[in-house]
Amino acid sequence: MNRHLLSMHDLSAEDVTRVLDTAESFREVGTRVIKKVPALRGRTVVNLFYENSTRTRISFELAAKRLSADVINFTTSGSSVSKGESLKDTALTLQAMGADAVVIRHGSSGAPHQLTTWVRGHVLNAGDGTHEHPTQALLDLYTMREKLGRLDGLRVAIVGDVLHSRVARSLSFGLVTMGAEVTLVGPPTLIPLEAPTWGVQVDYDIEAVLPKLDVCYMLRVQTERQRLEYFPSVREYSRLFGLTSRRVAQLPEHALVMHPGPMNRGVEIDSDVADLPRSTIEDQVTNGIATRMALLYLLLGASDGGAP
Amino acid sequence: MSEHLLIKGGRVVDPVSGRDEVADVVVIDGRIDAVGPGSAGPQAEVIEAGGLVVAPGLVDLHAHLREPGFEHKETVESGCRAAAVGGFTAVAAMANTEPVTDHAAIVHEVRDLAVVAGLCEVFPVGAITKGLQGESLAELGEMVEAGVRVFSDDGNCVPTARMLRNALTYARAFPVEVVIADHAEEASLVDGGQMHEGVHSAALGLRGRPAEAEEIAVARDLAIAGMTGGRLHLCHLSSARSVELVRRAKADGVRVTAEVTPHHLALTDDALVTYDTNLKVHPPIRTSEDRQALREGVADGTIDVIATDHAPHAVEEKEAEFDRSPPGTIGFETALAVVLTELVHTGALGLSQMIEAMSRAPARILGAADHGGPIEQGRPANLVIFDPDAEWLVEPPFASKARNSAFMGARLRGRVTHTLLWGRLTVADGKATA
Repeated sequence: MNRHLLSMHDLSAEDVTRVLDTAESFREVGTRVIKKVPALRGRTVVNLFYENSTRTRISFELAAKRLSADVINFTTSGSSVSKGESLKDTALTLQAMGADAVVIRHGSSGAPHQLTTWVRGHVLNAGDGTHEHPTQALLDLYTMREKLGRLDGLRVAIVGDVLHSRVARSLSFGLVTMGAEVTLVGPPTLIPLEAPTWGVQVDYDIEAVLPKLDVCYMLRVQTERQRLEYFPSVREYSRLFGLTSRRVAQLPEHALVMHPGPMNRGVEIDSDVADLPRSTIEDQVTNGIATRMALLYLLLGASDGGAP
Repeated sequence: MSEHLLIKGGRVVDPVSGRDEVADVVVIDGRIDAVGPGSAGPQAEVIEAGGLVVAPGLVDLHAHLREPGFEHKETVESGCRAAAVGGFTAVAAMANTEPVTDHAAIVHEVRDLAVVAGLCEVFPVGAITKGLQGESLAELGEMVEAGVRVFSDDGNCVPTARMLRNALTYARAFPVEVVIADHAEEASLVDGGQMHEGVHSAALGLRGRPAEAEEIAVARDLAIAGMTGGRLHLCHLSSARSVELVRRAKADGVRVTAEVTPHHLALTDDALVTYDTNLKVHPPIRTSEDRQALREGVADGTIDVIATDHAPHAVEEKEAEFDRSPPGTIGFETALAVVLTELVHTGALGLSQMIEAMSRAPARILGAADHGGPIEQGRPANLVIFDPDAEWLVEPPFASKARNSAFMGARLRGRVTHTLLWGRLTVADGKATA
C-alpha cells in the first residue's frame, strides 16, 4: 500500500481486497463488550476537519479509539483555523506535535495531496472538495461484498450529481478497479463530459437501468451547491431521477439500495424506499468504522506486527 | 571618457538584418559601433563570446511587475532585475496594478520607477476600461500621449462585443498605431474554473476552463477586429482551434497579432495531478494536441510573439489550497531556456525565428524602437548574450521576489550569460550586476 490514502487510484485490486479482509476481522471487534484492541497504542491520529461532517469525523474517531490510538479533533470552529491560519501552518503545527496520521476533510479538491508535502505522517483523505472520498468508497465496497458475496462483475448504478460528488468519483474508480460494471445516471448537466474515460457507462434514463442492477447507489442532491442552471427544480429532479417506491419495484429481488447519507428523503429517495430491508444505509455506517480501523491499521500499524 | 566594450567571437543572430554569423560586436558609449572583425581599442572591456549567441535583447510583451499596489509580490525593481537575468531589455507592464494603470499618472510612475532601477526599459500597458471594470472606456488618448501603445484589461476578457468594438474603433483616432490586446476567455464558461476542462479536471474534481471558452472569445474578437479595421492583439493563446482561427483571420487580412507563453508551449494538463499550484495559470495549460498546434503556430508565424505572462505571487499566496491560490507563474528567468529546450533544440524553431518572436516582433508591437535589433552600427546596444547549450536546474533563489515557477525542478538547456542595456551590463556571467 501507498504511504497515504488520497485517491482510490492509490489502491490496486489486491490492496482493496486486503483492506476489506482486514475490515472483516475488525468488524467482530465492534460486537464485543470491550470494543478495543491495542494495535495503535501510543500513536496519535489527528482529525483535521475543515468542513462539518459529524458522521465521518465520529466514524474516524471511533475507529482510531478502538485501535487504542490517541485522537485529537481539530475542527474549523473554535480553532486557529477560524483565525485565518493557513493549511500549511496548521499542518506544520500538527507535525510539530508528532501526529502519526492526519485525517483531513477539506472543501478544496487536492488539499490532502498538498498536506503530504508538509507533514511526515500518513495522510488519509476523508473527503476533499469535489475530488474524492476514498474511505466512503471502501466502506461501500465492503458492504456490497458482504451482502452480495463479490465485487467482480457486479452491476452498479450511481445516480445523481456525479459532477460535484467526491463519493461518485471514488466509488466509480474503486468499482472499476474491482471489475464491476458501473453506470452513471443523472441529469446530463451533472455528469462530467469526460466520465466515460473512467471506464464507466453513462445513461440518462434511470428506468432503463434499474432492471439490470445489483446495486442502485443514490447520491445526495446537494441543493446548497446547486444552481438553477443545472436542473430546473427539486420537484423535476425527483420526478426524473428520484428512487420512488414505483421505481424500486423494477430492481431485481436481490439488488441493494445504497446511499452515503445524509439523505434528502423525498428528493433523491422516497422515505419508504430508504427504510426497505434491501436498503443498506445503516450497515454502511457500521461498516464505516471497521473499514477505517482497517485503513489506519494497515497504514500505521501493520509494520509493527501484532495481528488484530 | 567613453566606454568601450568588445563582444568577441560570438554567433550574432539578428532577424532584422538576416545576419547569422560569427562576428565581433563593438559597443561604444551605449551604441553599436561596428559588427564584424573590429577593434574597440586597447582600453576596451572584452566579453569572450566564443560558443555563445549574441542577439537583440529580449522584449516581453506581457508581464506583471505588480507595482504600485502589490509590492509584496514584486516591485518594478525586482521584476526588472529578474527580466534582465532572463535576457530582457524591455518589458511591457500589465495594467492590473493598484491603482489601476488607467490614467497617465500611473504610466509615468511605473516608467520612472524603472528608470531609477536602471535594469530594463519598461513600457506600461494601459487599461482599456476604467478600473479594468469593463464598463466605460479609460482615457486612452491621455495615455497614448504618455507613450502607451498597447491597451489591455489584462486577466479580464473585454466583457462585451460592443465594448471591444468601441475600443478598437476609438483607438484608430491616434496618429500612432495603438493595439487593443485581449485575454480571450468567455467569462461565463470559465467562472470558478481551475484548470483545462478535460479528462484530468474531471478526475481531479477541479472545475474546468474549457478550450471552447477561449475559442468563442477569439472568434468574437477576430470578427470585431475585421469589422472595425482596428488593431487587435490576442494574449497567450492556449488552444489548437484558436491558432487555426487566427491563421484564417490573418489570411483574410484581419489586423491581428497573437502571443503564446513558454509554459503553454512546454507543459500539458496531466502535470496537474499533483495539485501543484505553480501550474495553475489562466488560460490553463491544455493537452499535447494543443501544445503541438501552438508550436506549429509559432513556427509558421501565425503566432507572432512568445511572451512570459510573468505573474509573481507571494509564497503564502501560492502555498494555499488549489482553488484559493491565485493563477500565474513567474517566467522572466526561464523563458529563453524553455523555448531553447522545447522548441529550438528539438528542431521545431530556428534560432532566428526565436529571436523574431521574443525580441523583434514584440518590440514593434510595443513601439519599443530602441529594442528588437537590428544589430548594426549606430543602433542602441540593447543585447543579450547566451550559451545555448548550458544545462541548469530551475530552483530558488530567483532574482524575482517570487518563486512560483511552473518549471521548478526542471532541467533546462540554454542560459543567459550577459544582458546589455544601452551598452551597460545589467547581467554579467549570469548574475545581475546591481
